Amino acid sequence: MLGQVIRASAIGAALFALGQGVAHAQSIKIAYLEGLSGPFANVGEVGLRHLQYAADRVNAKGGVLGQKIEVVPFDTKTSPQEAQLVFKQLVDQGIRYMMQGNGSAVAIALTEALAKHNSREPEKTVLYMNYGAVDPSLTNDKCNFYHFRFDADVDMKMAALTTYMAQQKDMKKVYLINQDYAFGQSVAKAARKMLGEKRPDIQIVGDDLHPLGKIKDFAPYVAKIKASGADAVISGNWGNDIALLIKAAKDAGLHAKFYTYYAGGLGTPPVIGEAGVGNLKQVTVFHSNIGGANTAAEVDGYRKRFPDSKDDFYWTSIMAAVDMLTRAMEQTKSADPTKVALAMENMKVNQVTGEAYMRPENHQLIQPIYVSTFSKTDGKEVKYDVERTGFGFKSDARIEAKETVLPTTCKFQRPKG
Amino acid sequence: MEFFLVTLLNSLSYGLLLFMLSSGLTLIFSMMGVLNFAHASFYMLGAYFAFQTSQLIGFWPALIVAPAAVAALGALTERYGLRTVHKYGHVAELLFTFGLAYIIEEIVHLIWGRAPVEYKIPAVLDFSAFSIYSTQYPAYRVFMMLVSVGMLIALYLALTRTRIGLIIQASLTHPDMVEALGHNVPRVFMTVFAGGAALAGLAGVIGGNAFVTEPGMAASVGTIVFVVVVFGGMGSLAGAFVASLIIGAVQTFSVGFDYSLLTIFNQFGIQTNPESGWYDLWKVTIAQAGPVLPYVLMVLMLIFRPKGLMGTREG
Repeated sequence: MLGQVIRASAIGAALFALGQGVAHAQSIKIAYLEGLSGPFANVGEVGLRHLQYAADRVNAKGGVLGQKIEVVPFDTKTSPQEAQLVFKQLVDQGIRYMMQGNGSAVAIALTEALAKHNSREPEKTVLYMNYGAVDPSLTNDKCNFYHFRFDADVDMKMAALTTYMAQQKDMKKVYLINQDYAFGQSVAKAARKMLGEKRPDIQIVGDDLHPLGKIKDFAPYVAKIKASGADAVISGNWGNDIALLIKAAKDAGLHAKFYTYYAGGLGTPPVIGEAGVGNLKQVTVFHSNIGGANTAAEVDGYRKRFPDSKDDFYWTSIMAAVDMLTRAMEQTKSADPTKVALAMENMKVNQVTGEAYMRPENHQLIQPIYVSTFSKTDGKEVKYDVERTGFGFKSDARIEAKETVLPTTCKFQRPKG
Repeated sequence: MEFFLVTLLNSLSYGLLLFMLSSGLTLIFSMMGVLNFAHASFYMLGAYFAFQTSQLIGFWPALIVAPAAVAALGALTERYGLRTVHKYGHVAELLFTFGLAYIIEEIVHLIWGRAPVEYKIPAVLDFSAFSIYSTQYPAYRVFMMLVSVGMLIALYLALTRTRIGLIIQASLTHPDMVEALGHNVPRVFMTVFAGGAALAGLAGVIGGNAFVTEPGMAASVGTIVFVVVVFGGMGSLAGAFVASLIIGAVQTFSVGFDYSLLTIFNQFGIQTNPESGWYDLWKVTIAQAGPVLPYVLMVLMLIFRPKGLMGTREG
């Protein structure tokens, strides 16, 4: 126990150091707003490590505009109300850049607070880098000039996933289970619509929405899925909600295929193990086995930087965000969010998955999307495992960037640069 | 049929776990008249102690060590906490346990961090015990039920067949008389408090790895346990047992029902569409409302039968 105390205080000190880090007067601060306590704390910490990894890389090359990037973590408890309070804090501290990605409800609350603040104080605008909140409304009817999304949205991913599913001829019955909030509801809606268009013969035998982060036992839901006779399940669940769902499915011996958004995220691979091989699929903008020397460098680099943590390099979107941000600053020779935002529109970025670009109409990063399957590592196609489990993901399909573009209803006012 | 049987078993295992928690709470309440707000925190401590013990010496010793450690903490809480504030009345005691719950949560944050810990089901119990039609039933759930039922029988025997049990029962109703007969009633209280805490701790040991061991677990289960105790009747063990099974069943079975008020409207030929007023309310299914149902039951119970199912006190 003493060891634990020491370790806990070491982690505390490390977090403090992450926050204070290079506490020079001259540094560019990026506020990191995420649930760092509560049911999704583990997921929040993974993102923080990624951002630190990206910031370290910039700082190692001398920083940007002669200044270091400093990461300042804030705990939102994954709650929209809490996040809006945190937003006030970071504004008070004079922080001009922020990053968030877990939870679309939080993201929507934040863009609303952001829009209000930026219109009231055009001299002190804040720029929002969203690395994972994928509710389509954020780049459609609720879009905001100062909000940039670096992950593909629900509809883009669902389009890729359903195209792949439509090719599975033996699929007859599909069950939808999602978290009951903006994101989960849009997954269910998109799945219904797109499956209906691509494979009208597939029957949707269930559509469940469960409370976010509250269910500790998914056995009743699995019993229901089983009773429906579904041969495939679509779920946008993330964090513990997907890990526990898969665990319950495994315990009950449910043999349906799982088409997920976040099965590769932290915590799920160790839970499922052997039972998921061939049955568990995910749709993402990256996984460790897409190949290429750059991918290997990223994954190895991350493991070297954080040897103790069990997570792996996952968020290419955080890398893309920091990369674009620093290049926009260098291009404009300014750390003013309005100028930086104008430079980031239409910018191209070379990431491990190939060339990606920021779409100026709605500030959505356009990049390739992958569908992949949970497999045993074989040293060739499945070189990297996830979370040191001996299992990793294998690509089934790659959808090229230009094919992922969907119509948008976004109309925002551009400030004069 | 398959769904019904599997869900029935799931609801049983969950209900029994709830009983393990609520039995301690209701015992303490009937004895001291104190609603122990920190009770669910003892459940959480049980899970964390078990996690720590199983890291060091394995799961089976944890089954004994963790509840014993929680019982010791419970005894200390009663002896040096509750007994000290007792003279200031029930409100002080209530506030004391309320504060204690927060302190325990913060201590857990400090020692084990804010994220869930990897407290896993032991490998020997990680297999499927039997199949109902085509659904496997995990052995660990069977184990949970066995432990709960074993504890239930042990508790019943201890309260009705042993000398200590008789003294406890007597102290419940006639503390002054018991004291006059030469028994140390405050020590009986301490024993009951420690025993109640141990039950919660044991529930934590077997519930922590079946579900998730995290700092939020006390808060998430705490409210449900209060519902059980109020629903079953404050201070009634039998009531707590029935209420645990009912609440367990309500929570587990509600998931399976996709009926909403819209279904009823359609039955009566009332046409609705997304533009109708209050449509969002009508389309909420029982499955979605599931998490709220226990609280609805509690409110109904308080309105129509304030003493609870088998309680003896009015209001």
